This record gives sequence, structure tokens and C-alpha cells, in this order.
Amino acid sequence: MSDTTTARSTADALRADDKKEAPAGNGGPVGAVANWVDERTGAAKGVRFLLKKVFPDHWSFMFGEMAMYSLVVLLITGTFLTFWFVPSMGETTYNGSYVPLQGVQMSEAFASTVKISMDVKGGLLIRQIHHWSALIFLVSIALHMFRVFFTGAFRKPRELNWIIGLLLAMLSMVEGFIGYSLPDDLLSGTGIRAMQGFILSIPVVGTYISYFLFGGGFPGHDIIPRFFTIHVLLLPAVLVGLFTAHILLVMVHKHTQYPGPGRTNKNVVGFPLMPVYAAKAGGFFFVVFGITTLIAGLVTINPIWAYGPYEPTMVTAGSQPDWYMGFADGALRLLPGFLEFTVLGFTFSFNIMIGAILMIPILWTIMGAYPFVEAWVTGDKNEHHILDRPRNQPTRTGLGMAAITFYGILFAACGNDIMAIKFNMSINDITRAFQIGLIIMPPIVFWVTKRLCLSLQRADREMVLHGRESGRIVRTGRGKFFEAHQNLDDFQRWPLVAYDAHAPIELPSATDENGVRRKGARKDRMRARLSHYYFKDRIEPVTPAELEAAHHDGQAHEAIESHPDEAEQGLMHGGAEEIGEAHAYGHPGEHADAGKN
Amino acid sequence: MSSLAARRRHPAAILLVLLLGLVITGGLYAALAPKNADAAPDNSKTVAAGQKLFQSNCASCHGLDAAGGDGGPSLVGVGAAAVDFQVSTGRMPLANPGIQAQRGPVQFSNEEISQLAAYVASLGPGPGIPSKDLTSGGGDIAKGGELFRVNCAMCHNFAGSGGALTRGKFAPNLMDVSGQQIYEAMETGPQSMPVFNNSNLSPQDKKDIISFLMNVKTETSPGGWTLGSLGPVPEGLFAWTIGIGMLIVIAVWLGKKAA
Repeated sequence: MSDTTTARSTADALRADDKKEAPAGNGGPVGAVANWVDERTGAAKGVRFLLKKVFPDHWSFMFGEMAMYSLVVLLITGTFLTFWFVPSMGETTYNGSYVPLQGVQMSEAFASTVKISMDVKGGLLIRQIHHWSALIFLVSIALHMFRVFFTGAFRKPRELNWIIGLLLAMLSMVEGFIGYSLPDDLLSGTGIRAMQGFILSIPVVGTYISYFLFGGGFPGHDIIPRFFTIHVLLLPAVLVGLFTAHILLVMVHKHTQYPGPGRTNKNVVGFPLMPVYAAKAGGFFFVVFGITTLIAGLVTINPIWAYGPYEPTMVTAGSQPDWYMGFADGALRLLPGFLEFTVLGFTFSFNIMIGAILMIPILWTIMGAYPFVEAWVTGDKNEHHILDRPRNQPTRTGLGMAAITFYGILFAACGNDIMAIKFNMSINDITRAFQIGLIIMPPIVFWVTKRLCLSLQRADREMVLHGRESGRIVRTGRGKFFEAHQNLDDFQRWPLVAYDAHAPIELPSATDENGVRRKGARKDRMRARLSHYYFKDRIEPVTPAELEAAHHDGQAHEAIESHPDEAEQGLMHGGAEEIGEAHAYGHPGEHADAGKN
Repeated sequence: MSSLAARRRHPAAILLVLLLGLVITGGLYAALAPKNADAAPDNSKTVAAGQKLFQSNCASCHGLDAAGGDGGPSLVGVGAAAVDFQVSTGRMPLANPGIQAQRGPVQFSNEEISQLAAYVASLGPGPGIPSKDLTSGGGDIAKGGELFRVNCAMCHNFAGSGGALTRGKFAPNLMDVSGQQIYEAMETGPQSMPVFNNSNLSPQDKKDIISFLMNVKTETSPGGWTLGSLGPVPEGLFAWTIGIGMLIVIAVWLGKKAA
């Protein structure tokens, strides 16, 4: 009896994971509801497509997610704030609970913001979450942009999405600027005043635009209500729309992935959205919300009650915009004063206009054009779904770092007064140092970065060909000493060799067969020159033949010494040639400690 | 009455009216003009002690008779307030000539400072040391805040955290100075600071400003850590370091979970 019982329980245990019910069509109440919805909307197909979508996993892919979740946090907290905020420049006398402002004349916008901060339960927390979230939103957008740029994720077919992303970044900055202008506190009033100055610096039409925007002179009564509509209605709608397009294009293109074993331009290696990725990503939303809330609960941001209400007669030392507008403010601080001059009695303030009005469109145009310029230089018309390791594109990486340096110096220059008091330095010296740095640092950084990339590539080659230095000293039978190198296994080797090194484009003949100058010869020459500049000092990836050669003469004997298994050696020789280049990396011989990883 | 009316077109009438106007204006001014809150103790013994201290500690720059000298300005007429401010904040005696006298350890006892002040005050009339009730708070905080934002915040920042001026000069932090020192600074305008005399900011206004600053110093921040009350620069720095740093740590951790 006991034997039968044991046998049965074993069998039951084996079947424990089996599904008890037949995979029937009804699927319980959830299934019924889903079916009901599907029959009326046809949603099942789309949902199935979405849920089966595979996303690769890497921490650097999460900057976009951080931005997305911050946007959600901003929408939630922003809605909360509109319940109490009064977008009006109407004069009122404060009589709320914050004593240091009692009896002070202020706009209703400011009074309502103080009320949110001091009298509405949880209001200050929500305000601070909203503002911190805005800062983190733009930080993550910037980092997401860096990631996309340095890994070459903007290449075909993603150029359009790069441009949509650029628009999102720019509009987010504008949205942020307008948002922190709304409370009409001393700092933001100064910001609006500065903005009016920027507009006035536009020759001829500046004055008209200013009057149009402010509905008369500064500050007037129109600007806050107008900014409110733009901030809570217009720009959020545009942002959400563009964001939807951005994410839809990600769905269409599928996500890019870093090079790795089994990853090709035709697949995506990762987890399906449901359930793994949804759980992870959904969890990450709460992490982002939670960390933002934690910061907002502990650290003051934009203490408008301390700034006080704005009056055009007032200004505070250390008037800076939020960080994302800092680079434009920094440009204003660095532009030399002689750019303002008078012609025929008209003043032209190019010292302001270049930094405040022209710079952002110019920079954004350059960034938007870059994918096309690079495609033209490489002559590469292929689709790319495998990302570049930044070192494998030394010129691009160098250019990117130079651009970040340029941006970073402008950004730092915005804090020149804070640096002056905190480091006991002269603000004039700081400004001059930044002016010089703005011109000489980007080329230096470009050169250093490019050299670093090339060196890293050489190190990669060295690593592939000769393996890791194991630190193990081996003495041969004849008394010779050498350090055993531990060869990489296939998984480690793959990312180091799987990349394209573009060769410079050959200059086509400038004349046609009849010796007549061809159309576009100059363009070709320029293209060839640029291409030469990009790729002249490229480092080629290790070829299977090179790898084999290295294992023959250099390291092979080490492997023989430590693992005298001739059969393995034989496999390595034949394997690479037999199955062709595409698979060659997967089959070189197993060496010393392969399989440990 | 009619005779007076008849003479109103007399050539002397205009002069008479002018004279009357001047007399009334002058009289009213004399009666109502804000007075210096001085009353420095005019004790000849104190003055003598102050002179001694002056000659051994200050005369090398300001001259033996305080009329100015090698690098130091004349102190005739600067008043006791200037001496008290400069010496009690440790700015004088100057440790080393530079762009701006820095705060430093105070070199004299309170008694010595008052002796020095009495000596300088005896050289010529100037603003005296303000009375205690003007410098120890109790004024209108809200009014003081407004006055501060109009007159002071452009250099000293909205919360008195200080700000940069040109070529290494700066408006110092106001959180670690006494009410008396703030009052004296407003009256005497040390270094780059303009003078806010009593017709500019009445003693009551100064009292309100001091009360506002005292409140800024003592009030608890409702929003949490203030990051030094320096505006958006430290906020941006925080977002770029600790804020995004925490998120990246979590992202790396989540990314690791994949492998």
C-alpha cells in the first residue's frame, strides 16, 4: 500500500505544474470582459502585439523611461496644483498664515502659490515634487540624448525619432521656463523681465513682439494668464503628442540593442513586455516617483515665500534660471559687450540676441542635421539596430564630447556669481576664463576623447588577440618563464569584434570619361575629405584570420602548456574556416578557463 | 485786512512771501529733520584712551591725527558707527590690504572698541552707535522684507546669503552679523555698500529690515533643506548629482537583474 501511495504522490508531484483546467475559450471573468472589449474594439490584436514586444535590458536605456515617468509625475502633480493656483495678475493684499508676508501687496498668482505652499494640506510637497520632477525630467532627457548620440542610435531608420526627441527636449525647456514663471515671485519675475529683454533685442520687430506677448508694456496683466494656458494646455498637449509619436516610432523600429552574442540587426534580445518588462518598468515608475517625492520632502526648491512677490523695481543677487536654461543665461554672461552698438541712432544688442534668441535654434539645427551629415560622410545606407560602442566611433564620440564641453562651459558660466562668492574669486576672472575655455576647450576635448577611443580600441584588439593577463607565471620545462594569458570566451569576445570600421570614401574622379568636370565634384571632394577625417585613423576589428594567427604563434603555446589538449587546438583551426566568417567568432577553441563565466 | 489785500501787489510782497516760505521750510526742517541716533559718550577720558589705542593700532594707515594717510582714508566725520562696525566685525585693523576688507577675528575688547569709537567721534560729527531698541528686532517683518527686497536683495540676495560684485568684491552673508552691525553698515556704507541715511531709510525702516533678517535667520524652512538659499544653482547641482545619481543606481541595479 505504501508503495502505491508513494508512486502516486510522485506522479502527482510531477504533474503539479500542469494546468488543471483545459485551455478553454471562456477564460473566467477576466477573459469574458476582455472578450467583450475585443468584440467591440478589436483591441486584442494590438494588445497582443504590445505585450509580446521585446525590450532589451540595459541601465542606459532607462534614461528615456525616467523622462517618461517624470512626465507622468509632472502631469499628476501639475493637475493637483491647478486646483488652487489663480493665474491672475490682479493685485491683492496677502493675509494668509505666513507672517513675513502679511499685509504685503502682491499678485493673485503669487498669493495663491503662497497659499498652496503654506495653507493647502500637502500643497508644498506637491509643489516641490512638481518642480524637482521638472528638473529630473530634463536631466534624464539630456542623459537620454547623450546615450542615443554616443551609441549611434540616431542612425537609419531612427533619424526622424532623433528629431522628434530634439523637439521634445526644446519644448520641455520652454515648458519648464514658463512653469517657473507662473508664481510671479521675485526670481521668476526677473526671469520674465529678462525674457522680455531678449525679445526686445531682436532688431526691428522685437518691440512689437514684446507688446504683442505682454499685451502692452511690461509686466501688464496678460502675461501670467497667457503663460498659464501655454503651460497647462498648449505645451503639455504638444509634448504628449510628440512623446506618443516618439514611443510609437520606438515600437515600429523596435528597440536598439548593444552588440552581444546572438544579437543581430534582425532580432531583439530581451524580455517581452508582459510580464517581466512590465513589472520592471512599472516598478521603475514607482521608484522614480518615490525618489522624486523623497527629495521633494527633504529639500527645498524654489522657496517663493522667501523670494517674495515680484515688483519691477526689485531683483535678487544670484538670479539664475532653472538649470536647463542655464546654458543660454551663461551665453549671455560670456558674450562680449562690444556686440552692442548703435547704427544711425538704432541700438543693436547682439550681445543679447546671439545668446538668447539665436543660439538655441542654431544648436538644435546642428544637432538635427548631425545624423544626415554622418550618413553622408560614411555613405552608409543600411539600417542599424545594433548600437555602437562609443569607442568604436572615435570621431563621433569626440565631436559629442566637444559639444558637451561647449554646452557645459556655457552652463557653468551661468553660475559665475555663485562661484565667485563661494570660491572667493573675481567674477571678471571667472568670466574671462570661461570665455577662453569656450573657444579652446572643445577642440582639446575632441582630440583627447578621440585618442582615448583609439587607445581603447587598441586595448580591445590586444584583449581579443592575446587575452587577459592572468597574473599566473608559468615555468616551462626548459626553464623559460612567461605569464599565462587567459583567452576570452566567445561571449566576452563578441562585443569586442562585432563592429564596422568605416573606410574613408574614395574620391571619385573629378572629371567624366571625356575629361569634363563633373557636376558636384566639389561636393564629392568635401565629402571625401570629411570621410577621410572621420575614418583615416580607424582601428579595424580583429578578423577571424588574425585571431587564428595570434593563437598560432603568440598565445597558442601557452594554451598548450597549461592545457595540453591537441584536440581543442585542432577544432579551433578547422572551425573558423569551415563555418564561415559570420559564425567564426562563436567557435574558436575553448581555452584555459572558458566556461567559468 | 483790506489794506493788506491792497498791498498784495507791492513789489516787496514777492520777496516777503519768499522769505516766509524759506523761514517755514527751514524751521520745519530744523524741527523735523531726522537726527542721528548718536550721543556718543563724550567722556574725555575715554577719548584719550581711544586716541592711544588709535595711535598704536590704526595710525600707520589712517595717520596720527586720523586725517588719512598711507592707504587709509581720513576718519574725520565717519562717526562712532563706522568704527564700531569695522572693528567689531574684525575688518579693522586690516589684516592685509586686498580688494575688500574681510571679516576676521575681532582684535579688541568691547571696551576698547567703544574707546576707539569715542575718539573718532570726537574728531567730527558723524553717525553714532544706534540704540538697542532699533537693533534688536521687534519691527514689522513684512515691511522690512519689502524694504530689503527693494534696497538690499540685489547685492545681498533674497535671504541675505550674499552675492558677488565686480572684480572679487562681494556683498557678504548677513546671517552671522548682529543687528547693531547691520544698522551701522546701513548708516555708514562700508566699502562698496551705499549709505542708507535716515532720510533714505528711517530708523524705523532700518529696524524693520533688521527684524526681517532676524526672522530669516531664525525661521524654520517649511520646505526642508534650503541648499544655502542661493537660488537655482544649487538646485540644479543637486538634481544633476544626488537626484539623478539615485535614479541611475536603481537603473543599474534593474539592468543587472537582466543578466
